[in-house]
Amino acid sequence: MVKINGEEKNAAGKTVAQLVSEGGYSMERVAVELNFEIVPKANYETTAVRDGDSVEIVGFVGGG
Amino acid sequence: MWEAVKIPTQEEYYTALEERHGEQLQKKLTKASVCICGLGGLGSNIAFYLARAGVGHIHLIDFDTVDISNLNRQQYFPDQLGQPKAEALLDTLTRLAPWSRITSQSIKLTTDNIPSLLAPFDIICEAFDMADQKAMLVNTVLESFPEKFLVSGSGMAGLGSANLIKTRKLGSRFYLCGDGVSDVNDGLGLVSARVAVCAAHQATMIIRIISGDYDA
Repeated sequence: MVKINGEEKNAAGKTVAQLVSEGGYSMERVAVELNFEIVPKANYETTAVRDGDSVEIVGFVGGG
Repeated sequence: MWEAVKIPTQEEYYTALEERHGEQLQKKLTKASVCICGLGGLGSNIAFYLARAGVGHIHLIDFDTVDISNLNRQQYFPDQLGQPKAEALLDTLTRLAPWSRITSQSIKLTTDNIPSLLAPFDIICEAFDMADQKAMLVNTVLESFPEKFLVSGSGMAGLGSANLIKTRKLGSRFYLCGDGVSDVNDGLGLVSARVAVCAAHQATMIIRIISGDYDA
């Protein structure tokens, strides 16, 4: 199981790009931390998550 | 009738700060350097909080000028309309904290210039208004500077409960404040007090990091 934004999900083997797209996030407004480290955008397609990983997908919203 | 008195000496000023914050914390605050990226409702308020706390070096970055639509929540005065925000806020903060080092740049941050412009500072504060610019800054800072702390804000529009605004630690040195969802592009307005709650969360986290407490 992979923890995605605090929820355990059966997502092992999926790439970060897939998680972002399946989560409905806009690629332009997102930042992803995998096990507390940033995933560079250039690596989204090649970074796959594994069982036990913790992923935080931040979809930014406007206002400031 | 009120008469202007001389402003306190630097020593009197820091003694008063130490009485409020404790000598140890004040020494850390005085040594700290923070760069605030974006000087709108978040950044201008965060800058006030950090200047009042006696943060030693505050660097202000924004490319925009003061607009009448900013006055409902941003720390500018009607007589500053049209002035670059970086200049206007520099003037005000220099008056507020004359012994801190306050510097500013009126420039648009990009993936190309962030690695050089933000290099000198210990802590980076993301205080932009556009979601894609927030993401750009967060990604670029975290990719370029693994050793720096970054405190960001997302989700403070509208008039939802202030209790929904939180500080979360999402990376080893990355903190996100806000309710995470209320988007100004959904037609919600921006109200001074609620934006300031998020700004105060960000400023509090920055001061906690300076103090050596890294929990959200």
